[in-house]
Amino acid sequence: MAVMMTLIGGRTSKQGTSLCAGKLGAEYLQVTSTVEMNVEDMARLGLSNDSKVRLRTPVGEVVLRCKGRETKDLPPGLLFMAYGPLSSELMAGDTAASGMPISKNLDVEVEPVVDGAAESGEPHHG
Amino acid sequence: MGDNIRVVPDATCTFCGCVCDDMVLTVDLDQKRITKSENACVLGKAWFKEHAIEERPFALVDGREATTEEGVEVAAQILANARFPVVYGLSDTTCEAQRVAVAIADMVGGCLDTTTSVCHGPTGIAFQGGGESTASLGEIKNRADLVVFWGGNPAEAHPRLFTRYAVTAKGMYTPNGRKDRTIVLVDVRRTPSTPVADIFLQVKPRTDFEVLWALRALVKGRKIDPSIEQRTGISLAVLEDLVDRMKRCRYGALLFGMGLTMNRGRHFNAGAILALATDLNEFTHFVAKPVRGHGNVTGADNVVSWQTGFPFGVNFSRGYPRFNPGEFTTVDLLSRGDADAALIIASDPASNFPKAAIEHLKCIPVINLDPKLTHTGRLARVSFTTATYGINVPGTVYRMDDVPITLRPAFDSPYPSDEQVLTSIRDRVRELLGGNRLPAGDPLAGVAVS
Repeated sequence: MAVMMTLIGGRTSKQGTSLCAGKLGAEYLQVTSTVEMNVEDMARLGLSNDSKVRLRTPVGEVVLRCKGRETKDLPPGLLFMAYGPLSSELMAGDTAASGMPISKNLDVEVEPVVDGAAESGEPHHG
Repeated sequence: MGDNIRVVPDATCTFCGCVCDDMVLTVDLDQKRITKSENACVLGKAWFKEHAIEERPFALVDGREATTEEGVEVAAQILANARFPVVYGLSDTTCEAQRVAVAIADMVGGCLDTTTSVCHGPTGIAFQGGGESTASLGEIKNRADLVVFWGGNPAEAHPRLFTRYAVTAKGMYTPNGRKDRTIVLVDVRRTPSTPVADIFLQVKPRTDFEVLWALRALVKGRKIDPSIEQRTGISLAVLEDLVDRMKRCRYGALLFGMGLTMNRGRHFNAGAILALATDLNEFTHFVAKPVRGHGNVTGADNVVSWQTGFPFGVNFSRGYPRFNPGEFTTVDLLSRGDADAALIIASDPASNFPKAAIEHLKCIPVINLDPKLTHTGRLARVSFTTATYGINVPGTVYRMDDVPITLRPAFDSPYPSDEQVLTSIRDRVRELLGGNRLPAGDPLAGVAVS
């Protein structure tokens, strides 16, 4: 079952500290391959913390681990993930003649992963 | 820790745009690492801790270890032979290095762009439309009794903005710090910044412009339909209360982040918040400032502006600078497949650009300068290891409020600075081209200039 949600990219403390250690390091890859989701949405999709979920836009798709957030913090229908190589996979190159690609409030298709697919960014994915 | 210890007072952290210049660094000179960073926030502590000297090649050319000089030769050949190169990045290096990068772009007749184009570039566009009611962070610290954070999460991205300037800081006319200020936060979700706010407006995604325009209307005494709540998630009563507070405050500040610029509406959103500040100056003193990200992204805006007349997205193909976001900005140049070479300094577009742009970077010769190996460094044809600005390299950086600050480095690096590498590349390109490349169609094009 795939549903449409709105993805917000942004910065976090963990992302900031881990990029100082190196963007090719395990911590940075972990931080940037996690998506935060409303706990009610997760329940509806049969997901729990650390479940794998596929996010898809017209330009690309990634498999991420999800982490639950209460409704007061993250309303239903919204997703948040830290900027990194995987959020780039979902961004379109069109800037509407501004120079700025859209990286916040992306419409994404969300689908639980049931086939044991590897997370995007895991070592064997290069 | 060894015995060869040095303490560097008043050092500067260049992680984020706060550019805090009150660091006290303890340096182990034998191990060439910073062991303690007093006054630093969590980001600053990681910045100083993780920038020790790493054992890396001075340069990699086609994946092979090389000297800096060998890398310079290959880089210069790439740039001299390119027809439409782009020089990009520059937000994590000194103004001195930025100046040389501008000269290279000018010399090869290429494009010049900085990370501003994917940060507050839309704000730069909005400045040109309506201007900026501006202030230094010191003014905000000393005077602001109402601070509105819009579309940002300073607690995680600029942690000391709250304590040094805008929330708890005690100033000349805010002697009681937090008690003398009303803090408003506007965002689409609760973040670690939310608890500092007296008033939190949780707007629906993609409705910032509508909320800002409604506030402008209310400031001007116009009627707003209560259905604004269904559209934006914010009731008319809350908007009216905020307008009342904004009109009655002594000194108000709107500090806005990329929740406005990276969103639908882009420069229209930035223009709306700048216009709101202008409107409010009919009633009280109000300023609006973009909260800038990387350590010297504001320096990049300043250097590129004073050298070319424009802040980013500049092209020199005709022998003089032209500004056109969407045409000469790097995401567009790459996503369209226009650029045939890229010189990328102190940034990592291969980890944060849209997929189409990254795919094109993989197809063209890339030259990269960075203290650490990055995704961009991995795909680059020439990858230079450079010393870290502020920790190993002296120079000038600009705080997010356009205040220049001099760096006090902590210890030497065996690696050259960005400025040194870029100067060598510039000199070699000049030799190869015989001076600035003349635009196509110029009667002297193709004739070497002495």
